[in-house]
Amino acid sequence: MSISTAELWFAIAGLAFGSWLLRFSFLGIIGNAELPKWITRHLRYTLVAVLPGIIAPLVFMPQATDGAFNLPRFLAALVTLLVGVWRGNLLLAIAAGSVTLYSMLNFGF
Amino acid sequence: MQSSRHDFWAGLWGALPFCVVVAPYGIVFGVLAAESGLDILTATAFSMAVIAGAAQFSALSLMQDQAPVLIVIIVGLAVNLRMALYSATLATHLGSAPFWTRAFVAYAILDHSFALADQKFQNEPDMSLSRKLSFYFGATSLVAVIWVVGTGFGAWLGAQIPDWLALDFAMPIAFIALVAPALRSLPHVSAAFTAATLSLLLAPVPYGLGLIISALVALLLGAEMERRMRQTP
Repeated sequence: MSISTAELWFAIAGLAFGSWLLRFSFLGIIGNAELPKWITRHLRYTLVAVLPGIIAPLVFMPQATDGAFNLPRFLAALVTLLVGVWRGNLLLAIAAGSVTLYSMLNFGF
Repeated sequence: MQSSRHDFWAGLWGALPFCVVVAPYGIVFGVLAAESGLDILTATAFSMAVIAGAAQFSALSLMQDQAPVLIVIIVGLAVNLRMALYSATLATHLGSAPFWTRAFVAYAILDHSFALADQKFQNEPDMSLSRKLSFYFGATSLVAVIWVVGTGFGAWLGAQIPDWLALDFAMPIAFIALVAPALRSLPHVSAAFTAATLSLLLAPVPYGLGLIISALVALLLGAEMERRMRQTP
């Protein structure tokens, strides 16, 4: 990598401070104030609106295969989702997904 | 206070599955950082200062592509924009805490700690502020430490990690397991489905903007569906 040490530290410092500002934004400004109902209604959907957007490309275009669809990874994701919705248990879903992934990768394909 | 200490451990306990998956994720980041020429100290400082996996991975790949430093920062922050949404949600729960406490809460906002805390606070709205804070810091502290230590360990290992371990997929599996229990109502399922579909369609959009757009559309859709379903019982 040809980036200089000074530039590297500048990037790290900028990312660190900027990330903290984003995280602090509303916590810092709002403090005690009550948010209007319509805003809190939207905020209830932050998690289900953000995480699937991060997950989907990783599942359908995995980095490990340079973006090519990969059946073991897809099935592992599917099993994790189904077990997670069915049982509502995080650890169980992770375990089921991992077992699927490893058995497919090392024995199936 | 007995109850606060209990809540800290409850948060820590809830976060244990994430410790298991954040460790390999941190190690992968350390390995990639080392391959990009960062030494152990720099890689560890990177994780300690930023503690945001997705942003750090995108910053690293841009640096490898020789992108200008300013672009690296802007893109990393764009990927982290969702943290502002988390901040707004946590402000409704923890907003009455003192300034410096809120500053620390902000530093330690992570995807999973936000999810755990938000679920807990929605289920138990009567929790006192000090109990909420204890739970929150329990849910976030150990994972943050493991992320940093994992990075250092990965940077030390360098490129000795075998491919068959498929460490790249530890995080997607963990995130799916995190979202799945939240898919309990039609608006939540629709929002999640919309976010996933849109993010795939918008994947070519640069600088993490596709993710931001898909998240905003999904958010508006979910909230609007909830409003209409309440009006027509």
